[in-house]
Formats: sequence, C-alpha cells, structure tokens
Amino acid sequence: MELPNHKTGSAPYWMLALGIVCLIAGSYVGLFRAPAEAYMGQVQRIMYVHVPTAWNALLAMTFAFACAVVFLFKADFKWDARLEAAIEVGVLLAFLLCCQGAIWAKPTWGVWWDWDPRLTTTAVLLFAFLGILALRKFVDDPARRAMWSSVATIIAYADVPIVYYSVRWWNSLHQQQSSPSTVSSQFYFPLRANAFGVLFLMTGFIMIRARIATLRLRTELAAPPVLRGDEAGEMA
Amino acid sequence: MIAALRKELLLQWRSRAQFLAVFVFGAASLLLFSFAVGPNARALRTFSAGFLWLGLLLSSTLTLAESFHAEMENRALEGLLLLPSDPRALYYGKAIANWLQLTLLGFALVPVMVVLYDAGTLELARLAVIIALGAAGLSAPGTLYAAMTSQVKAKQTLLPLLLFPLIVPALLASVKATSLAILGDPMAQSRSWMALLAAFDLIYWSLCGLLYGRVVEE
Repeated sequence: MELPNHKTGSAPYWMLALGIVCLIAGSYVGLFRAPAEAYMGQVQRIMYVHVPTAWNALLAMTFAFACAVVFLFKADFKWDARLEAAIEVGVLLAFLLCCQGAIWAKPTWGVWWDWDPRLTTTAVLLFAFLGILALRKFVDDPARRAMWSSVATIIAYADVPIVYYSVRWWNSLHQQQSSPSTVSSQFYFPLRANAFGVLFLMTGFIMIRARIATLRLRTELAAPPVLRGDEAGEMA
Repeated sequence: MIAALRKELLLQWRSRAQFLAVFVFGAASLLLFSFAVGPNARALRTFSAGFLWLGLLLSSTLTLAESFHAEMENRALEGLLLLPSDPRALYYGKAIANWLQLTLLGFALVPVMVVLYDAGTLELARLAVIIALGAAGLSAPGTLYAAMTSQVKAKQTLLPLLLFPLIVPALLASVKATSLAILGDPMAQSRSWMALLAAFDLIYWSLCGLLYGRVVEE
C-alpha cells in the first residue's frame, strides 16, 4: 500500500478561527441579548451550546462511520487517519454533551442523570467509541489496526438506532429535540451561530488530528527493518 | 461450516471442565449480586432477571475469549484460513458453538436463580426462547470481537470494553422479557421485547458474518 500524503496548509487554522468567531458571536447574543425562556429561565441558555454539541457529536460519529466504510472498500490509509481523528473528536464532543446534559438536568429535572433514550444512547456511544480508541492503542500493525477499527466502527454505529429505540421503549423523559424550527425566533440566531461555530471548530480539529495521524502512519508504514548490531550478527 | 461447527463442539466437549468452571463462576456471581441488595426477598425477586443476565454476560466474556484461545496456539487460525473454505463458515461455526454453550450456561444458571432469589416461573418454554435469543445476541458480536482481541496484548480488558456497550439493547430486552416471564406480564409486552431481541440477533448475525473475513485476513 502506498503512503498517505501529508498535507500542509492553513485551512484548518482558518476553520478554528472562524469557529471561535461564530461561537463568540452566538454565545454573546445567547447570553446577553436573547430573552430568558419562560419556564426554565436562565438555565435554558445552556441550550445554545448543548444542542450544537449534540448535532456535531452525531456528525463526527457519522463521518467516522463513513470513513470506516470507505476504508473497507478502498484500503487507503488516508481514511484511517480521518477515522482516528473523527472518533477522537466525536468522543470529546460526546463527553462534553454528557457533562452539559448533567449540568442542565440537575436544576431542571432535579437529578444529574436520567435513563432517557438520547442520554443513554450518547453514553453508550461514548463507551463504544472509547473502546475502539483503546483497541487502536493495543494493535501495533497499522494495516490490522485500520481494518479492525473500521469493522468495530461499523458495528458500533449500527448499534446507535437500536440502542435509541430500545431505551425509548424502556423509559422516557427527555424533552423533544430543539432545532431552529421548534424554538422562538429570538433564540434562532445564537443557536445557528453556535452550531456553525462548533461545526467549524470540529472540522478544524479533525483536519489537524488527521494530519498528526497521517504523519504517524507514514513513519510506521515506511519504517525499514532496523536491526540492532547483535540481531544483525545473529542473522548473519 | 458443518465441519467447523463439529470441530468447535468437539473441542468444547473435550474441555467440559472449562464449562463447569465458568458455570461455577456464573453461580458465584449470582450469589454475590444478592449481597449487593441485602437479604430482602422481594427486592431480590424483582431484580432476579437482571442478575441472571449480568451473570451470564460476565461468564460470556470468559467463554468467548476461551473459544479463540486454542486458535492462537501454534497459529492454528492461520492454518484454518489456508483451507479452501470461506472464512464466513469458520465464523458461523464458531458463533453457533458459542451460542450453544452460552444457551446451555443460561439454562444451567436458571435453577440457581430460582433457588437464590425465589424467582420461579412456570413459563419455561418462553424462558428458554428468551435465553436462546439473548445468548445469540451475545455470541454474534462476541465471537467477532474475540477474534480481534485474542490477537492483541490486553485481551482480557479489551473484549468486555468493546462488547459491553454494544450489547446494551440485547441485555435490556433480555432482562425485560425475562423479568416479565418471572413477575407476570399483564400487558403482554413480552412479545415485543422478544421481537426486539430477534431483530438485534438478525442484524448482528448477518453484519458480523459479513465483516469477519476482514478481521482475520492477513
């Protein structure tokens, strides 16, 4: 297999800058301009980061799934690097999502955690993808690592809808998803701006992380068999 | 595939002491779970289905890992892959053998549960179907992941780490259906949980069979 190309360029850094600008604008309007919600009060403002995090966590996981499928068919290490980046960023976002959810749930529902379908699915997803990251750490052969993590990603991703619906049958309490079409127009701008902010940040992070993964893959794949003096002597 | 299944079953029969050891492990965990609740007969009966499935799940990590142990000695797996047969046949042979073993283990743990938690039921046929379906849900992804983790360093840690989050829906449905069988099912919900289990089994038995070739190929 050929070595994946190492890309340089400032595109990811522009993505990060754009993301930060969007987040500042969205959070400013969300925190100081938009009115407080009628029933939940100030607590509701966490929605401006919570909902964008949720969308983007799912997006990152979906991208990881797409990378896994492409790798399975094309066996191009470029996609393995992207898979690694997407899973790591996705795990980070899913973890943040659980934390934000707990912060919001305590004053609203009175408990940190509840066995609601989306919450449980996020937690299951978080652990499933953490497992894949752990698997990657323990496999030294890059070709095997890439193939196995693709397989594990596909299997874990296929689980998401099943977990969601099974937990929904089991128990439910979470409110309906928020999207710009279900919230009042005054909440619309900060939600949109933050969603794009997190999206740009996530894209930038995935790009940078994929570059790091590519660099490591290049050294792993290109390494010639280095023999120490005594080993070389034994072989001769 | 029949030959692969025969080989697996023969291996399991030759190592029946292993099965007995896993059964004792499962029974011991059932005993320990009751200490988590305390000597409260009603609570124990309520949670008995959950304990049964957790016991089976913990035992399954032992049997699944063991099923690839023999393949790793003398690089037997490579030899099997060199045979002019589909790796899928190897997978299904191993998965079916694991499924039979787990089902048997589940049946063996039921009397322990009945005695310890006073969780008797007369719907034995239904309970048997639930255990068979739930064991199928554990063994399909379990066999695939055991194939991966048996070849890496931290196998004891990685297999549960990968398997446990994945089988959440199967565990949930099995526990719910079993508990309905034990505690009574006034709303007739048990059928829909069994349908969910069957759907989970169908998805993972086909998906894992498709992907197995990629996992073991060199």
